[in-house]
Amino acid sequence: MDIFLLFISAIFVNNILLAQYLGNCPYLGCSKEKSVAIGMGAAVLFVIVLATVITFLIQKYIMNPFHLGYLQTIIFILVIAALVQFVEMFLKKMVPPLYKSLGIYLPLITTNCAVLGVAILVQRKEFDLWTSFLYAIAASVGFLLAIVLMAGIRERFVVTRIPRSMQGVPSGLVMAGIMSLAFLAFKGMIA
Amino acid sequence: MGSVASEFTKGLWKEIPPFRLVLGLCPTLAVTTSAENGLGMGAAVIFVLALSNVLISLVRSIIPKKVRIACFIAIAASLVVAVEMLMQAFAYPLYQQLGIFVPLIVVNCIILGRAEAFAAKNPPHLALADGLGMGIGFTLSLTFLGSLREIFGAGTWFGHSLFGPNYHPFSFLVQAPGAFVCLGIILAGMNFLSIWQAKRKGLELDPNFDAGCKGCMACKKMDEIAAQKRLERLGAKA
Repeated sequence: MDIFLLFISAIFVNNILLAQYLGNCPYLGCSKEKSVAIGMGAAVLFVIVLATVITFLIQKYIMNPFHLGYLQTIIFILVIAALVQFVEMFLKKMVPPLYKSLGIYLPLITTNCAVLGVAILVQRKEFDLWTSFLYAIAASVGFLLAIVLMAGIRERFVVTRIPRSMQGVPSGLVMAGIMSLAFLAFKGMIA
Repeated sequence: MGSVASEFTKGLWKEIPPFRLVLGLCPTLAVTTSAENGLGMGAAVIFVLALSNVLISLVRSIIPKKVRIACFIAIAASLVVAVEMLMQAFAYPLYQQLGIFVPLIVVNCIILGRAEAFAAKNPPHLALADGLGMGIGFTLSLTFLGSLREIFGAGTWFGHSLFGPNYHPFSFLVQAPGAFVCLGIILAGMNFLSIWQAKRKGLELDPNFDAGCKGCMACKKMDEIAAQKRLERLGAKA
């Protein structure tokens, strides 16, 4: 039951993109095409889960014993950057089909604030390893859901007549606001 | 390359982030629930951006091109750690208010975007001017957006009550949807202004119009991928 609640709250109530504002850049950049949104979302899911688990282990077994907590930001971001690079090389060598579909998105993920954001969030919330793992999955599924939904709508924007000054980013943001309003309704589910 | 003064002032209006140059949206949306938070976040960004610009500009000729992004991130991250410590020591309530968005300055595209687009190509004094200008522009924008949301969403400004006890605040604005809608409308207003100006003077639209977040290379790349996929999809249909 707890796991179910965690998933519902991370996907719908505290959606990482619409309620916690993490990862807005990829949303505005790639939510113009559904296929790109799915690819990006899948790549983000993969990297967030991996990065959260690895940074969790580093925090627990290297940083905490040596009292290096103050270096959290710099260690986490360097680990994530190295990890993304490594995953890219690994997929290229070992799983070419997967690389073909996700590879182009991987280099863009290092600077995605959702990845570092989730890694730091699970530390601040003091989750254990299993909960962190589940939270990372739930958060990135929420990201995937939001980005794909919005890409579906924004594909329609291209063929719609929008005032010149609202085209592009402004209309995307207002749309995200309306979507976020819809997700706000889930707040009543978990009181 | 312009003079120090012109590099400084372009960040204040012509390329003001995030209203003209759409950089650093996540903190813009997240921390502007009050004017004070916006100002604090802006101050932290000024510090990191100005110093990272200068440092990157100083080492720009030593960094190999292939690992430049990693180097930029390492430099930005060490500065962010310094900011975190300073804030913990001198502004602890603000540090807690801003939450995870202080460490997230490191992946804020305003830092990497300016490093890539400006500091890596220009001498330190120009990079400093650019960093300060952009940072101050960012602070002004955040404070403006924060004030707007705080005044109408909570009826206060910098914590002082403005309209008396009978005011019924429009609390939509301080919640998540309000942030998106508010920023969207401001950006549309900026676009409208530049269209109107261009029409009045009979000039071409300025190149920053509708640049989206192409200021940072990740988004630019993503835009290109999206455009390519769209062409493929339309091609397959035809």
